[in-house]
Amino acid sequence: MARKNKEMTRLIKVILTVAVVSGLVLSFIHLLTEKPIQEAQNKLISESMKEVVAAEFNNEPFKEKIIVKRGKAKYTIYPARQDGYVTSLIMKTHSNKGYGGRLDVLVGFSLDGAVGNYKVIKHQETPGLGSKVNDESFKKNIIGKKPNEESFKVRQDGGEIDAITGATITSRALIDAIQRAYQGYLKFNAGNDNE
Amino acid sequence: MNKTSWQNLTRGIIRENPVLVMMLGMCPTLGVTTSATNGLGMGIATLLVLCISNVLISAVKNFIPDTVRIPCYIVIIASCVTVIEMLMEAYLPLLYGALGIYIPLIVVNCIILGRAEAFAAHNNMIQSLLDAIGMGTGFTLSLAVLGLIRELLGSYSIFGYALTGADVEPILMFIMPPGAFLTLAGLMLIFNKMKGQK
Repeated sequence: MARKNKEMTRLIKVILTVAVVSGLVLSFIHLLTEKPIQEAQNKLISESMKEVVAAEFNNEPFKEKIIVKRGKAKYTIYPARQDGYVTSLIMKTHSNKGYGGRLDVLVGFSLDGAVGNYKVIKHQETPGLGSKVNDESFKKNIIGKKPNEESFKVRQDGGEIDAITGATITSRALIDAIQRAYQGYLKFNAGNDNE
Repeated sequence: MNKTSWQNLTRGIIRENPVLVMMLGMCPTLGVTTSATNGLGMGIATLLVLCISNVLISAVKNFIPDTVRIPCYIVIIASCVTVIEMLMEAYLPLLYGALGIYIPLIVVNCIILGRAEAFAAHNNMIQSLLDAIGMGTGFTLSLAVLGLIRELLGSYSIFGYALTGADVEPILMFIMPPGAFLTLAGLMLIFNKMKGQK
């Protein structure tokens, strides 16, 4: 019995060591990479601005970040301006309803509320299926549509958007993210952004 | 290079090809290979992780008792994958953009655990590295070929470039799940037939 106990203790010690060492290594790497990851993402966001705005602009929206708080919800807005006049609003939004969890999306709204363009900047969807969310073939379903219209849903839910083949959940999550941004867009008065 | 090392290096490419002969890692094989780029991306990401995990497992093999080796290996492999993902996202954002979505999938790829179990746990670090390179290359090649065929038939393009000229309707089924099974079966048939004749 004593020998069995000793063996048991040894096994527990080994597993514990492996777990603790892995944990330590992970937290160390996390500390090390936290800032560079943030910077890389900011760079990606500021470079993606051009892709999501359908209108002309000549400012740097990323530097004019505005955070709007309405109750519990918080919206991040980047205004795109041409010679000082707002031509489009870029919003950072997300949805937790993706197949692989969270989707981070940048959406550009025209001033009439239609989607100018969008880009999913971070996702964990299935390669080859959900990852097509950034493909032109799916984008053309969304671009130019207004999220307040009844038809802004995938076909399976009674709307007019063709979901990505084999990735209805991802398509729904993208629409969810855009809807979320649209709520913020509605609550934000484009002409009065109290700089 | 002596004969055993050479064998360890080349074994994974044809004789014990992980996909076409050992039939390991079927999930990423069937799921990801809708295009040649996807197959190649998944293959290369797996190759990298396999090299690192094989060397690591081989380095710690003497400290880990047999009875608890599987949980220990899984913790080591998962941590190793996460570390690679974080480092890549921080310092190689472009590469991360291309391969990032494949990395979390690698944790559940049984080739990694399979090679840790079958090879790295009994061999030294150098031989384990050679084995990983061979297996990884075999995996990458199989996935790329599978992706190439499926993309060609299913979306009528190669590495994302649409073929023009002949007026052919692509066979959509090949980029859907049934196409994955059919293509894999066909590829296995041809591969093993040729291998048998040698």
